Amino acid sequence: MTNSNNVKIKKPKRKKSWMDYLYIWSIIYFALGFFNILFAWLGLIDFILPLIVAIFAGNKYFCNNLCGRGQLFWFLGNKLKLSRKKKAPKFLSSNWFRYGFLAFFLTMFANMVFQTYLVFSGTDSLRKAIKLFWTFKVPWKWAYNGSIFPDWVAKFGFGFYSLMLTSTLIGLIVMLLFKERTWCSFCPMGTMTQGICKLKAKRKE
Amino acid sequence: MVKRKAKVDVSHCVACGVCQKQCPRGAISIFRGCYSVVDMAKCVGCGICAKVCPADTISIETVEVSNDK
Repeated sequence: MTNSNNVKIKKPKRKKSWMDYLYIWSIIYFALGFFNILFAWLGLIDFILPLIVAIFAGNKYFCNNLCGRGQLFWFLGNKLKLSRKKKAPKFLSSNWFRYGFLAFFLTMFANMVFQTYLVFSGTDSLRKAIKLFWTFKVPWKWAYNGSIFPDWVAKFGFGFYSLMLTSTLIGLIVMLLFKERTWCSFCPMGTMTQGICKLKAKRKE
Repeated sequence: MVKRKAKVDVSHCVACGVCQKQCPRGAISIFRGCYSVVDMAKCVGCGICAKVCPADTISIETVEVSNDK
C-alpha cells in the first residue's frame, strides 16, 4: 500500500476474529440452496438481523462486522485481486439512486411474496426454476423433490434464492468493475439500516 | 504545522465500515450508523481509507494543525 507520496506503509496485522470469516457463510448459503431450495429460507437471517440491530442498537454493526456478502466481495476483490479497484460512478452512492434501488428491490420482494401467495392459494402451481435479474428463468429442478412442507414454502425458497443470487451477481459485477465493496454503496439493506440509524440519531439530538 | 488528514464527505457516506476496518491506526469509527468519523489525533493521512471507500467519499487533505500531535 502506498500513499500519494509513494511511501510504503506497512499495515499492522490486526487480530482476526471469527467474524472475519463470515464470507464462508455466503458461500455455504448458495451451496445449500443449490442442493435444496428450502435452505434459501436461511437468507432471511441476513434480512432480519441487520434491521434488528439498526432498530434496537441504532448502529450498522451488521454491515460493519457481520455481513458475509460484503466480506465475500472483499475476499474476492482484495485478497484474490479480482477487483479493478477503480472509482465507481458517483451516482451509485447518491441518495436518489440508493433509495430508488431500495424501492425497486422492495417492490420485487413484494412481488415475490405475492407469487408465493398465488401458490399458497392454489391459483398458481409450483415451478422449479429461479429467475435471475428478474428476467431470465433458470431451471433449478434438482433442488426440490417435495417435502413435508406445502408447495408455497418451496415457492418462497425459489423466489428468495433468486433475489439473493441476483443481488450477489450484481455485487460481483460492480466488484469486478469498480471497488471491492461497491455493492455496499447501494445495497438495499445498507440503505435501509442507515435510514433507520439516521432517524434514531436525529431523535437522540 | 501542515499535516495530511482524511476528510469524509458525509453526504455520500454509506456507513459500510470498510474504512474503519482497514484503518491501520484505528482512527475511524462509524457514528451511530450514519457516517464515518475520523479521529484527527490518530489519523496520519496514509490514504488507505480513501482508497478502499466504495462511495469514494474520503479525501486526503492538508490541514493546519496547531499542536504537534
